[in-house]
Amino acid sequence: MSKPTSSKQRIVVVGNGMVGHKFIDSVLAQAGVNGAEVITFSEEPRLAYDRVYLSSYFTGATADDLMLTSAEYYTENGINFVVNDKVVELNTEENYVVTASGRKEGYDKLVLATGSFPFVPPIPGNDQEHCLVYRTIEDLEAISASSKQSKVGVVVGGGLLGLEAASALKNAGLKTHVVEFAPRLMAVQLDDGGGKLLRRKIEDLGVEVHTEKATSEIVAGEECRYRMNFADGSFLETDMILFSAGIRPQDELARQFDLEIGERGGIVVNNNCQTNVENVYAIGECALWEGRIYGLVAPGYTMAKVAASHIFGGEEQFTGADMSTKLKLMGVDVASIGDAHGNTPGAQSYTYNDEVGQVYKRLIVSEDGKKLLGAVLVGDVEAYGGLLQLKLNDMDLPGNPEGLILPAGDGEAAAGLGVDALPDSAVICSCYDVTKGQLKEAVAGGATDMGMIKAETEASTGCGGCAALTKQVVDAELANLGYEVKTDLCEHFEYSRVQLADIVRVKKIKTFDELLVSHGKGHGCEICKPVGASILASFWNDYILKDEHIGLQDTNDIFLGNMQKDGTYSIVPRVPGGEITPEKLIVLGQVAKDFKLYTKVTGGQRIDLFGAQLHELPTIWKILVDAGFETGHAYGKSLRTVKSCVGSTWCRYGVDDSVGLAIEVEDRYKGLRSPHKIKFAVSGCTRECAEAQSKDVGIIATETGWNLYVCGNGGMRPRHTDLLATDLDKDTLIKYIDRFLMFYVRTADRLQRTSVWLENLEGGIEYLKQVVCEDSLGLAEELESEMSNVIGTYQCEWKTTIEDPEKLKRFSHFINSDETDSNLAYVAERGQRRPAFKEERIAAVELVD
Amino acid sequence: MSWNSVCKKDDLISGTGLCALHNGEQVAIFYLGSTDQVFAVSNFDPKGEANVMSRGLIGSAGEEIFVASPLYKERYNLETGACLDSEELSLKTFGIRIENGEVQLAA
Repeated sequence: MSKPTSSKQRIVVVGNGMVGHKFIDSVLAQAGVNGAEVITFSEEPRLAYDRVYLSSYFTGATADDLMLTSAEYYTENGINFVVNDKVVELNTEENYVVTASGRKEGYDKLVLATGSFPFVPPIPGNDQEHCLVYRTIEDLEAISASSKQSKVGVVVGGGLLGLEAASALKNAGLKTHVVEFAPRLMAVQLDDGGGKLLRRKIEDLGVEVHTEKATSEIVAGEECRYRMNFADGSFLETDMILFSAGIRPQDELARQFDLEIGERGGIVVNNNCQTNVENVYAIGECALWEGRIYGLVAPGYTMAKVAASHIFGGEEQFTGADMSTKLKLMGVDVASIGDAHGNTPGAQSYTYNDEVGQVYKRLIVSEDGKKLLGAVLVGDVEAYGGLLQLKLNDMDLPGNPEGLILPAGDGEAAAGLGVDALPDSAVICSCYDVTKGQLKEAVAGGATDMGMIKAETEASTGCGGCAALTKQVVDAELANLGYEVKTDLCEHFEYSRVQLADIVRVKKIKTFDELLVSHGKGHGCEICKPVGASILASFWNDYILKDEHIGLQDTNDIFLGNMQKDGTYSIVPRVPGGEITPEKLIVLGQVAKDFKLYTKVTGGQRIDLFGAQLHELPTIWKILVDAGFETGHAYGKSLRTVKSCVGSTWCRYGVDDSVGLAIEVEDRYKGLRSPHKIKFAVSGCTRECAEAQSKDVGIIATETGWNLYVCGNGGMRPRHTDLLATDLDKDTLIKYIDRFLMFYVRTADRLQRTSVWLENLEGGIEYLKQVVCEDSLGLAEELESEMSNVIGTYQCEWKTTIEDPEKLKRFSHFINSDETDSNLAYVAERGQRRPAFKEERIAAVELVD
Repeated sequence: MSWNSVCKKDDLISGTGLCALHNGEQVAIFYLGSTDQVFAVSNFDPKGEANVMSRGLIGSAGEEIFVASPLYKERYNLETGACLDSEELSLKTFGIRIENGEVQLAA
């Protein structure tokens, strides 16, 4: 038996899961690398990994991606570790443990971080080959193997983990069922209304949910491998069963060797995380504090820190933990705060239930209506951060608490909580325990942007969920301290994009080098170069691959194609208005076939051809240009597409020629480079089949003329357009669009879409109407003439490129060889080819040419 | 040390890169006209796992000259190959010189 060799404390950590590993990190943080002699045991074959993101294993993450530590890290930090060896014996009188392999280790301090195990209900037949659980990487491997031989899968348990498991089965392509004993999903975190909506949303995704079902036995099936018979006489057939019916503390070792155990399991600990034996600690899911087991990682981490602190004489205490959660299950946002069920005596509630928009929100407030006790949010969890702060800091509710969950009306901001109202003790980043007070201190100490704040405090470097709130606190504090919020583009220019655009326009600067020498410093960077390129192109519209411009172009512009993940490009010719002749369609098909390009129809009514290698681009574009195609600028921050419905030429309801107008405006504005991409649509009647009200510019035909809508967006944050003008004749319509676009080009920030630009424009849509329709700034003529210059200097960049042999030299993989990139590999899927995934390359899935 | 000519200096365009095949390896070569410097690093992007570094954008951060990956924009110091944004990433560097109008890599 090895004995303590020095005066250093010898600490044995049983279990190397997330919490065991956190404990070791806490010891290293508190006592330094040589502060203690630490040895950790794991019964699993690998060191600690991230169980929170376990389901990502099914969407391509590997066991390595999930690792939280490594043998190298432990070795470097002097941590001894033994995997694949379970501690089976414990002697708290003589202070030693013994492992399954017979290894005996003495300790000064023992830390039990044995975690939990999945509870499998005692149902006859639950031990068959395809009855599995969901906790370890080995479990995932078994699930993955089983799902390959199965068509139908059932998850028993509709809690948080169960739904994650169901998502994994669904991703594996199985017909998926969830069977829950309680009357609703996520019974612990959600109330009836929330559970109902979650169920509806999950069922919409094709997962069948069966509540109030108690399984009585699992027998051989007729259609599938198994049949589950339920207590109510009904049954369900399935090929595999995953049990996720809760966890039980892994307290076997403590139980056998006489540590105090709770009535329903769990190793009893005090506020220092000590068990009834002074030098033995228990942390994480195996520990029972005040009769509670905490099945989340954050409280486990807190316990790890508390135990380490106590061992080294610190004073941190574990005093319970907030179990509020916010998560996304199968794409559905769900959050739960505090007393979600209103169990507090006298509790009252506010409920907002939008069955159409599928949003459910409920606030539980105290009897006197002054304090927030809990909340349930499904479908829209934006209010979570603010509500959690109200709850955690025991703050008074505002006068109209319902405003916290009601949607904002037109033009007004949602009633939220000003960050100024938060106390300094408010925890803003819960991953790293960063309070508002600490953020303020960091700002006062000179951390004036998010990068510096992150480096200084670690705030929002964990899950990132607090990023918006952190930025608000920082900005508010900067304003309080009288700082001017910095708008410098980057370290090379002390100007914003808008200021640089003015400089270029007024001083008639024609190259980036000129701009850098006269108004900047250094060599430029990946931020300011593309911005410079875009501004120069917006005003002077030079060929972007000229020698003086080429080094400024971002990834896609520099080879006039969208780079895909394997370094090949996609090709998107312009199809104005989405109208295409059969002859041209055949040319596209032939090119795709000849060059083996993966083909997909885009959302902008054109055709995207993927997988062209650099050296193939000129050959392909030569064919396309000869057939009458032009570049589609799909690679540029520029006009993309003008989508249209078929309009009055064919449609029974159309009131004007939407296709004709779409083609006309697409041809007018093609090639216009701008702060971000621009999309248009034209609808031939108010049925709005072209979805124009979600575009940067939307045009809708009415009996009395064209209506012009602006500043809509789909994508990450959808926004409907605002109506700029109604009943326009075509000339006025075009004039207004000219002015609108050039005004945006002049005044928008870098990579700012029209939607966000308008939201930040002082005076909003009313101001924009004055500028565009009433010419309140006297700019109309200037803006129109700038636009007419862009239109007059248009060239198809691909046509110019294929006619210039010097430029074509760059379109080869190697400057000194005709060989091509040997790293490319493809597999066949649904009749086309796609890049092979890393696993497929390794597993030697059949690759195709 | 022996040197292997891979292209002409005239093939280089200031502020851009190109890729050369050198002893079976893909090498990204960059030229900065304002200081007349050339740099050579591996063409393989360790994050995006594709041979694309020569198509990245070059710039400066303080005194460091870098190339930003065209895929996910990590920046790598062109002299040392060290990644400015992650300690875990780096690019192999190669000896490079211009001799009689030829761009040469150290063999």
